[in-house]
Amino acid sequence: MTTDGNRDASQKRQKAMISDHFAKLSRAKEDGKKVVYTFVPGNLTELLSAFDVLPVLPEINALQSGMRGRSGKYIAEAEKSGHSEDVCTYVKCDLGMLKSGNIGPTGEKLPPPDLLLLSYTGCFTFMKWFELLREEYQCPVVMLQVPYQAEGEITPEMRKYVVDQLRNEVIPALERLTGTKYDEDKLREKMKLSARAEDDLVAVWESARHKPSPVDGYFGGVYYTGPIFSSFRGSQDAVEYYRELREEVEARIARGEGPTTPDGPLGNERYRLVVEGPPNWTNFFDFWRMFSREGAVVVASTYTRVGGLYDRGFRHSPDNPLESLADYCLGCYTNLSLPKRLDLLEHYVKEYSADGFLINSVKSCNSFSVGQLLMLRELEKRTGVPGGFIESDLVDPRYFGKANIENRVQSYLQMLAARMQRRAS
Amino acid sequence: MTPFDALMARAREAVDDRHLDRVRAWKQEHPGALAIGHMPIYSPRPLLEAIGCLPVAVFGGGDQIDVIRGDAYFQSYICHIPRSTIELALHGDLAPLDGMVFPAICDVIRNLGGMWKMLFPEKWSGYLDLPQNFDHQLGGAFYASELRRFARELEARGAKPLEPNALARAIAEENARRAAIFELDALRRDEPWRLRASEAYLAVRAGSAMTAVEHTELLRSILAAARARTVRKLDNVRVVVVGAFCEQPPIDLIVTLERAGCDIVADDLQLGMRMIEGPIEGETIEALARAYIDRGAATASRYIGDLVKGRALIERVRAHRAEGVVFAAASFCDPALLDQPMLETALQREGIAFTTLKYSENTGQFQTIREQAGAFSDSVKLWGGAA
Ligand code: SF4
Ligand code: SF4
Repeated sequence: MTTDGNRDASQKRQKAMISDHFAKLSRAKEDGKKVVYTFVPGNLTELLSAFDVLPVLPEINALQSGMRGRSGKYIAEAEKSGHSEDVCTYVKCDLGMLKSGNIGPTGEKLPPPDLLLLSYTGCFTFMKWFELLREEYQCPVVMLQVPYQAEGEITPEMRKYVVDQLRNEVIPALERLTGTKYDEDKLREKMKLSARAEDDLVAVWESARHKPSPVDGYFGGVYYTGPIFSSFRGSQDAVEYYRELREEVEARIARGEGPTTPDGPLGNERYRLVVEGPPNWTNFFDFWRMFSREGAVVVASTYTRVGGLYDRGFRHSPDNPLESLADYCLGCYTNLSLPKRLDLLEHYVKEYSADGFLINSVKSCNSFSVGQLLMLRELEKRTGVPGGFIESDLVDPRYFGKANIENRVQSYLQMLAARMQRRAS
Repeated sequence: MTPFDALMARAREAVDDRHLDRVRAWKQEHPGALAIGHMPIYSPRPLLEAIGCLPVAVFGGGDQIDVIRGDAYFQSYICHIPRSTIELALHGDLAPLDGMVFPAICDVIRNLGGMWKMLFPEKWSGYLDLPQNFDHQLGGAFYASELRRFARELEARGAKPLEPNALARAIAEENARRAAIFELDALRRDEPWRLRASEAYLAVRAGSAMTAVEHTELLRSILAAARARTVRKLDNVRVVVVGAFCEQPPIDLIVTLERAGCDIVADDLQLGMRMIEGPIEGETIEALARAYIDRGAATASRYIGDLVKGRALIERVRAHRAEGVVFAAASFCDPALLDQPMLETALQREGIAFTTLKYSENTGQFQTIREQAGAFSDSVKLWGGAA
């Protein structure tokens, strides 16, 4: 998020954790480690690490490719080989990366999967994505279907279905893969560590209630979620990362400081926003600066909840670990019904004293995008706070019209400024 | 008008009934009974019939309406069927429906279900979480619990309680309809000039708002009339159309393919009515769940676990002695378009020719499609289908 010189200690730690993980991946075959590809929402990181396997998360690879300016090439590669212009660009970016040698974000080659663990949570494209990957790798696939919370609640039948699949399909597949027996005590230990990190992450999210907010809960937030959404949940490293991050944030509050931005600490919080929808990765810093340079801070966002709604009370629990994993999978943001998503946004706007909210509607993602125009209207009605709407994409540079987006953001912020001024007088 | 033409006119009228006049009439004849709409692809119609409801397949507005209000709800990169469905609903055309089922086939239909709850809170709506795990004890048990939940929720809204005899009867009636559709498909396969794809399409889709018994009667009449019809045998290329399982192309698009020299001997246009391949064996909720698990058709929204992707399509091509495949997908249809490259690979492996086109339910220009399909059928005729 910043140049090395002014990186926070937690950021340096996260960077080291990531390098270490990719180094382990590049040595996986020599070290005799099994590699499992899986998705972020509803991931089973604790279970995977209890089996001592290494996860690869294709969405993270895609977003990293976007940030490193490679996604355009990868997408073109996939489209050349017959993939439609119309579909999710994460998938095409991943497939293009695979065709181009499968070089990961640190420049090291990613090992092929020994197992594809299809955690089918909150998005249909995941299913197609792994069908496509299976064609390339011819390795076993195990699927975990996570029912959708259409009625806004987790029923006992849903939980049972997930737990039964974990017991009868996912765990046996991991046992076959690794030749080791499932050890529930080991899983419990990981879950305990997860919950500790989750407590600290929630404290970080909630710090944004302060004025000025010491964190940016969207652009900065995607960094904060890195370890907990990916391979590190349930590890001592993650516990330490979140403890350190929380201390840094608390110190910023004590100093009355704003969040870290690409141009250093933000000094003048002018607007407090809530954001719905994923960010754009190809022009991530340009996008961020459109806000930070105007003094706009995102106090809460829904994208940073795709890997778990910890601030609404969920914690991984060692007591009934499989039931808890099931509740985790079932509770991810994109697995919530539209009315529940709206409730959550309303809660954020009100609880975090937001001046406005913005929807970044990404072309790739029907799971996020379908219904957002209705959400915009409803949310304005419920909160009395004006909403803004912009369109871009996750990793397809063709859909980030910088000038157009900048214009929209600026007019939106100007409108907010005028409104805030009117209200103040 | 020949008897066949008269039956086709009846079918066409049923298909074009976008104000749901026949549903209104049915409700008058059955005071207090519920009419339940369902989006594509598939809904357990026998269950709905068993509890006294009229199942009504909803396919959006097709090319019959101008979408004005619906466009304000969806970004430009989303397929067309949700916007025309919302348009119909906001317009009051779907008012006779007491509820809507949103089957779990893609994120668009899923989120449309959520929008429905927000826009029409007074109406019942249910998301049918179709199983993607095909183990009877796992996905089967979960799906059966979903079906029971539906029956309970609808009973609370005024449907009849679920009685074993009523379900057994509804399954038998559904099986009779399926047998008639099977014969229709066989006739189309064996003598495609006797029953064109566009005609079979109307015959099957006409049942969208009919009970299984009424639809069976219509199908049987159409079958008899088609068999008795005097028609000229055509020398067309035999093709399978795939990818059009949800948003339906305008009927003129199907006719365009026919005019371009294609006999569509199989397709997935009205997949919901054919979703279970073969009869439903048994008389219970578990039988419905088992049928879906064991014999649900391979389609893009169904996870192909241990099986080989594309195998079902190849088998279909072979079984129908087809010479080529036309991939016809709705623009922005994620499931169909993500599936397509895998199916293409499977066809290439087998040396089966294919061509691809995209459409929208309100596509109005067919010239390009006609030229493309014409070139395709010519090349298949000339070079015997080499892709
Ligand atoms: S559709 Fe959305 S949630 Fe699904 S893989 Fe693409 S970006 Fe991710
Ligand atoms: S056309 Fe495709 S993407 Fe659109 S609702 Fe139907 S299945 Fe979903």
